[in-house]
Amino acid sequence: MSTVDDTSLLTPAEIEAVTALARQYEARRGACIEALRLVQRSHGWISDGRLHEVARLLEMSPDELDGVATFYNLIFRRPVGRHVILICDSVSCWIMGYEALREALYVRLGVRLGETTADGRFTLLPIVCLGACDHAPTIMIDDDLHSDLDAAALETVLERYP
Amino acid sequence: MSGQKAERPLTQNIRPGQEPPDIDAYQRAGGYAALRKALGGMTPDAVIKEVTASNLRGRGGAGFPTGKKWGLVPQGSDAPQRKYLVVNADEMEPGTFKDRLLMEGDPHQLIEGAIVSAFAIQASVAYIFLRAEYTLAGRRLQRAIDEARAKGYLGTNILGSGFGLELHLHRSAGRYICGDETAMLTALEGNRAIPRAKPPYPATSGLWGKPTVVNNVETLSNIPHIVNRGAEWFRGLAHGEDGGTKIYGASGRVKHPGAWELPMGTTIREILEDHAGGMRDGYAFRALLPGGASTQFLAEQYLDVAMDFTSVEKAGSRLGTGTMIIVDDRTCPVGLLHNLQHFFAQESCGWCTPCRDGLPWVERLLSAIEAGQGEMRDLEILEMHTDFLGPGKTFCALAPGAMEPLESGLKCFREDFERHIQLKRCPWR
Repeated sequence: MSTVDDTSLLTPAEIEAVTALARQYEARRGACIEALRLVQRSHGWISDGRLHEVARLLEMSPDELDGVATFYNLIFRRPVGRHVILICDSVSCWIMGYEALREALYVRLGVRLGETTADGRFTLLPIVCLGACDHAPTIMIDDDLHSDLDAAALETVLERYP
Repeated sequence: MSGQKAERPLTQNIRPGQEPPDIDAYQRAGGYAALRKALGGMTPDAVIKEVTASNLRGRGGAGFPTGKKWGLVPQGSDAPQRKYLVVNADEMEPGTFKDRLLMEGDPHQLIEGAIVSAFAIQASVAYIFLRAEYTLAGRRLQRAIDEARAKGYLGTNILGSGFGLELHLHRSAGRYICGDETAMLTALEGNRAIPRAKPPYPATSGLWGKPTVVNNVETLSNIPHIVNRGAEWFRGLAHGEDGGTKIYGASGRVKHPGAWELPMGTTIREILEDHAGGMRDGYAFRALLPGGASTQFLAEQYLDVAMDFTSVEKAGSRLGTGTMIIVDDRTCPVGLLHNLQHFFAQESCGWCTPCRDGLPWVERLLSAIEAGQGEMRDLEILEMHTDFLGPGKTFCALAPGAMEPLESGLKCFREDFERHIQLKRCPWR
């Protein structure tokens, strides 16, 4: 990763929280995914600098931690928008109108899957089954699930994420 | 059936759209009685015997008898002192939404089940391995864990029994393979979540090499009820041999998609017609996947099959998670199979070659056929893959699971595949 990190690294509170998580596991590295999630929650993504810091706290090499981080769909190693939209592309949502919903998002946001809007407001990503198949099609924005969606309902939902 | 209303122990406290019961409400409804009963007077072995006699089979999809799994954990002074229980709450099987219901709707039921189960196998540490996207379940579980700890149901010397348990909520970051029990252990150890070869099985060598049991959310939610009311009562809840109730679900173009707790062994037809309300107007039933993406298609002649492990297997498929995906006549089956195989190809962990290389090939062939660029020979190549990626040829069940809908889909929808190839386009578009 060549992305340059120009912000400060971990806060004392983050270091304390990561250290507390590490105590929940027989080996410190067991906490690595939750530690990355915790850091990502306050900074939006995981920069090289913060990855190195977390690795040091958990007694892993940065490469080992990066190998774990990049294995998962929801650890972001590049900056993302203020809000992340996850659109479910699995089978029940696909049957119930995923493609039309995705097209509506493309038009509304002017970006494709994997891209961030020019104003930095939204990043659009695909996600596997969100486990709300009885209310397909579904998306998640940040921590919130939005179900039974169509193009018309989408606009009202997006307005809640300035 | 008698005129009595069927019992629904798992969902009795669940009120959709409302907050789940807190610890006081849960206790007023009879909650934590099983904890008092087990820790207050039963031996761990007696709990295992009761669960074995109940015929409870794992609700994660594989259907392994729960009591038998627990019985494989070495006990006594020669066994490792540290043992683990891992709650598999990584519900990511496409089409599956039952564990979400249980965790959001009655988190204390799962926690009580986990504590009693940990006591049975003498585990001192337990983890709930929760998928990242279940944020509401995560908040509710954490609150319930904190409440249970405050009451002394977690920690050292629970209820003066001498038994102690630490229970941690582990939130993952989104990868289907973590649902495989050995990959889940690798993930908890802080490594790339790659499955392990078995044997050794986790019961003898699991998390950090210690005896470990991995059980599904729905499985563990049953435990308090079995301890409270006994194995015989539990077996009596079911229509067939497999004990208990089951959370069934239906999604797709049915009138009322949803999830329902029904006697284990309820027929597909009853679930589809009485509970899901049948097909939406203007749509006809073509086939279904009975228990998630990695099960075989069943067509109309199987609608009277009982949804239990043995009966669905006899019909040529698997009960899996018991949440059905319904395929209607206006959905392109080739497109649907392409969607399924895209999922499996993307979620392959890449560890073993048949899965890593075979699934993308399958996906590309299906993509070509869907786009009208397929040849008849492609169908033979797809069939070949169902063998190359079948059981016994990969480390874990991901690729064999992917081949279940493909193999059955090639048979079930043969004429649809041929039409795509002959017309050189998708007839549905």
